[in-house]
Amino acid sequence: MLDLPLLTILTFAPLVGVLAILIIRHDDAEVVAQNARNVALFVSSGVFLLSLLLWFTFDRTTADFQWVEKVAWMEDFGISYHMGVDGISVLFVMLTTLLTPICVLASWNSIKDRVKEYMICFLILETFMIGMFCALDLFLFYIFFEAVLIPMFIIIGIWGGARRVYAAFKLFLYTLLGSVLMLVAMLTMYYYAGTTDMLELMAYNFPIEAQKWMWLAFFASFAVKVPMWPVHTWLPDAHVEAPTAGSVILAGVLLKFGGYGFLRFSLPMMPEASLYFTPLMYTLSIIAVIYTSLVALAQEDMKKLIAYSSIAHMGFVTIGTFTLTTQGIEGAIYQMLSHGVVSAALFLVVGVVYDRIHTREIAAYGGLVNRMPAYALTFMVFAMASVGLPGTGGFVGEVLVLVGAFKANTWVAAFAATGVILGAAYTLYLYRRIIFGELTKENLMKITDMNRREMAIFAPLLFITIWMGVYPSSFLDFMHVSVEHLINQVNTSLAQSGMLELAGR
Amino acid sequence: MIETILVFLPLVGSIIAGVMVFASIGADKHRKHTLDLASQVVTCSMLVISAILAFVIFFDVGLNGNARTTELFTWIASGSFELSWALKVDTLTSVMMIVVCTVSAMVHIYSVGYMHHDPSVPRFMCYLSLFTFMMLMLITADNLVQMFFGWEGVGLASYLLIGFWYKRPSANAAAIKAFVVNRVGDFGFALGIFATFVLFDTIHLDTIFDAVPGQKDAILNVFGTDFHAMTIICLLLFVGAMGKSAQLGLHTWLPDAMEGPTPVSALIHAATMVTAGVFMVARLSPMFEYSQTALDVVTIVGASTAIFAATIGCVQNDIKRVIAYSTCSQLGYMFFACGVSAYSAGIFHLMTHGFFKALLFLGAGSVIHAMSDEQDMRKMGGIWKMIPVTYALMWIGSLALAGVPPFAGFFSKDIVLEAAYAAHSGVGQYAFAMGILAALLTAFYSWRLLFMTFHGTSRADEKTLAHVHESPKVMIIPLLVLALGAVGAGYIPYTLFVGEGMENFWGEAILMLPHHQALENAHHVPALVKYSPLIVGAIGIGTAWFLYIKRPDIPPKIAERFQGVYQFLLNKWYFDELYDKIFVRPAFMIGRGLWKGGDGALIDGCGPDGISNAVRVMARRVSALQTGYLYHYAFAMLIGIAALVSWYMFTQGS
Repeated sequence: MLDLPLLTILTFAPLVGVLAILIIRHDDAEVVAQNARNVALFVSSGVFLLSLLLWFTFDRTTADFQWVEKVAWMEDFGISYHMGVDGISVLFVMLTTLLTPICVLASWNSIKDRVKEYMICFLILETFMIGMFCALDLFLFYIFFEAVLIPMFIIIGIWGGARRVYAAFKLFLYTLLGSVLMLVAMLTMYYYAGTTDMLELMAYNFPIEAQKWMWLAFFASFAVKVPMWPVHTWLPDAHVEAPTAGSVILAGVLLKFGGYGFLRFSLPMMPEASLYFTPLMYTLSIIAVIYTSLVALAQEDMKKLIAYSSIAHMGFVTIGTFTLTTQGIEGAIYQMLSHGVVSAALFLVVGVVYDRIHTREIAAYGGLVNRMPAYALTFMVFAMASVGLPGTGGFVGEVLVLVGAFKANTWVAAFAATGVILGAAYTLYLYRRIIFGELTKENLMKITDMNRREMAIFAPLLFITIWMGVYPSSFLDFMHVSVEHLINQVNTSLAQSGMLELAGR
Repeated sequence: MIETILVFLPLVGSIIAGVMVFASIGADKHRKHTLDLASQVVTCSMLVISAILAFVIFFDVGLNGNARTTELFTWIASGSFELSWALKVDTLTSVMMIVVCTVSAMVHIYSVGYMHHDPSVPRFMCYLSLFTFMMLMLITADNLVQMFFGWEGVGLASYLLIGFWYKRPSANAAAIKAFVVNRVGDFGFALGIFATFVLFDTIHLDTIFDAVPGQKDAILNVFGTDFHAMTIICLLLFVGAMGKSAQLGLHTWLPDAMEGPTPVSALIHAATMVTAGVFMVARLSPMFEYSQTALDVVTIVGASTAIFAATIGCVQNDIKRVIAYSTCSQLGYMFFACGVSAYSAGIFHLMTHGFFKALLFLGAGSVIHAMSDEQDMRKMGGIWKMIPVTYALMWIGSLALAGVPPFAGFFSKDIVLEAAYAAHSGVGQYAFAMGILAALLTAFYSWRLLFMTFHGTSRADEKTLAHVHESPKVMIIPLLVLALGAVGAGYIPYTLFVGEGMENFWGEAILMLPHHQALENAHHVPALVKYSPLIVGAIGIGTAWFLYIKRPDIPPKIAERFQGVYQFLLNKWYFDELYDKIFVRPAFMIGRGLWKGGDGALIDGCGPDGISNAVRVMARRVSALQTGYLYHYAFAMLIGIAALVSWYMFTQGS
């Protein structure tokens, strides 16, 4: 392995881009904007290329953290700058580095005001997101985890739609509520264990009663991020008001914070409490799957529909995570990755027509296939991936989660599987209303098919979606050892406290 | 190797045709014509090669017993949930390959003529080939998940082809319906796969089959109840089969699927895809054999569908819908054959049916083509002299369907019915009775169709009649090939499939436990049983002749007289209306309710919006206190001080 602080470089390289954009000065605003775009694209693409190193050098045979960096920071409090990735987090880092340049490209023409600031926001956002997935210190994690909110809040609040302020505040308030509680839980952890190092915390056995309170506090934060029913209502509003690229990052990466948090904190650090609260997780997840699928069926706004479908898909993630089976957890991670690609792509799909017609109203469309065949095909592939058709990335995650769920509790599997039926209904119904039929609406008569830039955005996502469906081993191989390790860790700890029999597996 | 080529050729064809779809955008007329032609040539030749290879494989695997599995590469591996992309070829697969590839090749060629005027030829060929590939993946699966891949893949192709004419709202609706109803079936299939995995810790077919005898009395706790493991697994899997094969309850999508172009109906909704359920039960015979309950359910569902669909077929007026209900009914026959453990008889009927039903559909397509896209039989009649070849071919198809010797359907339907009788069980008798009754109706509606379409005085308008013409050679030749199958596919392989050579031929592909003797006994049933299908067939044809040729004034009177029954049948037992009332509408209503009421009023109302409202109201009240008058503040201060002092006194004083 190269002796390189790779994770630090990946995390903070975008900030270099920010500096570069800040020093752009020119009389002509258009020149400034164009330069800002170029810099942002260049930097984020560079980060992506660099992150490929992770792909090629990552050792798939160990559960240890890799590319670890540890520097003492605030020694008096035992806080250090500790970074590292394992099989659970490494692909999320790559997902982030992949989606950021795509977001920059997607905003190329649609953002016209304050381009400079917009690009700065996205680059800062990238720093925080990568940092969040790499952080191995509680303190560091908290900073990144919460800091992400700021650029997101700004992106929605400034470049959003008509009700952007309402949406931004709703997002902020919901998340803030959870964060405060999580902070308290983190302080409690520090109080017990005397360290903020996450590796040490994972090895520490917290008393069960304390675990329950801590678990709930973390849950408050993660559940909002996932989002789980009933704290999900910020998501549709945020998506609807956010600019396309904002939605892409929101659905693609931000929603994964919650799922990642459950895997990184709740399961390994609070295993007894996780087991204790599993029924709660199942119940809320199942409600989320069925409830939001039904709600999606009734939507009249494209983005809202996809937002609700996201909540349903994330319900699978939370189910899989808490089955504590190999298939369930690997499925949950896989589902997050494929959802990261597919839902991001679906929001981009919406963005394509929104840029042309400037409405998200489903009823305003119809018959687009007549003039936009390439668009129709692209949309079809991602719609099918969202439906979980075998051969696409969506299937693998779903089927693994359901297998795990069936092992753990057949009712959970059955209820969750009804979401698959409803998913087909609302997705195809959406597709039909937008793509099929006669082209009758006046303003659609001259609509043009996707241009080269748009095709370039979709090409990698299409490729990955099919790749993930046909040869998932490329991705699953990263996870096996780490997931196995996680499950062993949880089971050992449950066995020690005598709760394993209770778990019945 | 050879099977790899066979399976992937259609995919290659599909991709090439798909590229041509995009190449022909904005092309001029000449170039577009060239591309159309190229896509047809490519896909058709791929399919013809595949069909030839299918016969090669049949001789190698079926006759010489070289069953084998080729693993391509790992698909999903997570813990013990491990599976590969693989091509399993045994006798069962090779028989299916012949049906799928032959019919598909013929349909491809036929489509060259049928879709001649359509503006999107390459797209059509692309979908057809894609379908064929998916179907081949289904039948060559060596594990349940790959079968599921093919299963949903053919569903996708079917969705795309039903909605091929995407400008028609009815076609779009039918396409969605097909996909969603199939998903309901797949829900059961998926749960069945999971249950299998939980019990056997593998989803690899051969490993499961080896392990089944050891687990025959296993108990599996599903949904909080202890079930006989094999029974619950087979029943769950069978739900999938019911969806795909349009069995009673999940059949509603099939008639609507006739919105697709006719070649599609022939290939997907008659000969191949809809038989996937039967294939599945036969493929999983080593599992079904160990659950008598599951077999009985299969028998009852099959027999009920056979009669149910036949009753509806008798009153429909759309030529394609009559054949669609007939398909539904014939699939019922195949299922109850499997249900009495006569799997090979079921597959035998599947094969002969594949040929004659494709022939009937394509023949109907030829009629529709000739009648300028008219599908209503009430507007046809008296055209047999104008399209004699089609007429003759439709006769062959109908004779085979009705089970008249020496046509293919005679052999397969007879053995199916005899096996049901020879099962000597309650459900077997039920299946036999329903089967005989359905055979009567089958003969009746088949000749009703023939007479209404070709005989009597013409009810079409002048313009249409002037246009009636025989189809071009490119459409007729595939029909002739299929007719060959409809004539020969019964007698020739009879011994091999269900006769004495049967055990050798099927090898390990199909398992029949020794105490399931239905197929063996089928050869020794009383003469009356043997001839009864023929007798009822003759009665059915005679009745049709009497009602539609001799006394065409009677049918309307019957309809009038028994208005209730007639409407009930005409409206397909009101299944669609029922489902619409109890599933579709409520789902949308609940969705809207949860959205506006749940998300909007309840969660947001009590949550963020409610809190921010409360804060706003509070703030307004507080600000109302700030009056600006000095004495108000002074008074408030005084009260405060008084309160503070009294609080101090009370707490300290006591």
